[in-house]
Amino acid sequence: MNDPRLAIIPDRFDKIKRIIAVSSGKGGVGKSMVAVALALALRDKGKVVGLLDLDFTSPSTHVILGVEGLVPHEERGITPPVTHGLHYMSIVHYSTDEPVPLRGSDASNAIIELLAITRWEELDYLIIDMPPGIGDATLDMIRLIPRIEFLVVTTPSRLAYESVRKLLVLLRDQNVPTIGVLENMAMEHYEYIEAETRKTGARYIGRIDFDASVEASIGHPKELEKTKLFKRLQAIISSL
Amino acid sequence: MHEWALAEGVIKTADKFAEEQGMEEVTEVRIAIGELQQIEHEIIEFALDQMRTPRMKNAKFVIETVTATFKCRKCGHEWKLDTGKLDEETGEAIHFVPEMVHVYLKCSNCGSPDFEVTEGRGVWLANMKGRKRD
Repeated sequence: MNDPRLAIIPDRFDKIKRIIAVSSGKGGVGKSMVAVALALALRDKGKVVGLLDLDFTSPSTHVILGVEGLVPHEERGITPPVTHGLHYMSIVHYSTDEPVPLRGSDASNAIIELLAITRWEELDYLIIDMPPGIGDATLDMIRLIPRIEFLVVTTPSRLAYESVRKLLVLLRDQNVPTIGVLENMAMEHYEYIEAETRKTGARYIGRIDFDASVEASIGHPKELEKTKLFKRLQAIISSL
Repeated sequence: MHEWALAEGVIKTADKFAEEQGMEEVTEVRIAIGELQQIEHEIIEFALDQMRTPRMKNAKFVIETVTATFKCRKCGHEWKLDTGKLDEETGEAIHFVPEMVHVYLKCSNCGSPDFEVTEGRGVWLANMKGRKRD
């Protein structure tokens, strides 16, 4: 018979207005940084925001936020703790800083379990930091949360974009709502990503220049808010 | 409590299945619970009782525990879960997300975290009995 967890997952997202998966074909493009900065920028606009780290094997949003030892509240499931004004859920609440060596089916099961037991408050936005690629997590989220919208991050590298292009084609072919492509760590006078993105039919949202101060802001969200990356995202939000 | 979330899923799935099968009344729901998750039977039974749908008004909920067994993918060793050896924090993490077993347990023969949970993971509907519409 059916997996009982699947029956309750849609209800868990009922009280959330928009669900945005920050995704990429490749790792190392600044996806987690964009996800956290986006969540904080939306919070600054007075929105109620949740942040869900689904990168189970390499979670990093807690490092960017500089938080540890958070414990979800138990009440007919679990309620994410609130930190820096964000309703925050991550596997690190359970794995601490230990390695999480999961094969595909186990990773999928862990995602389903977490989605089934997490009870979100009423949110304007849920920002999801996705693991890179088009594997289990991406396929599970497309399958389980039809309302999900993808925000795809790339760097100017043709290697990064080659994987991103495959993600864009998958999303297009599966009719998954896609907000567009954000070019991170951009280089001047380089139009390759913009031109290639348009060829897939996806929207090119804009570019965020490489900003060395971002690395130094890790663990200090207030410093992150002073970076050019953050200010650029604040400007981009209105077009989301 | 996690048991409540599972009970909610069980009730919804069972009710949908009964609807699809044209069952007017459900008389018995048999639920298999993997030992790995260390579900408190009393709590899930209470939660199931509280969430009964009209067609499950008189249904009997039967809960079966399935022993958790593991098989190492590296050396082939097979072993069973010893819940007595889990500390409170580990037990709690596995209770919420059973895959966390790969974070906290290793093969008892070779020490690898690359093992399969061959039995006793999760919760599922094993069987249902009821009366169909005339």
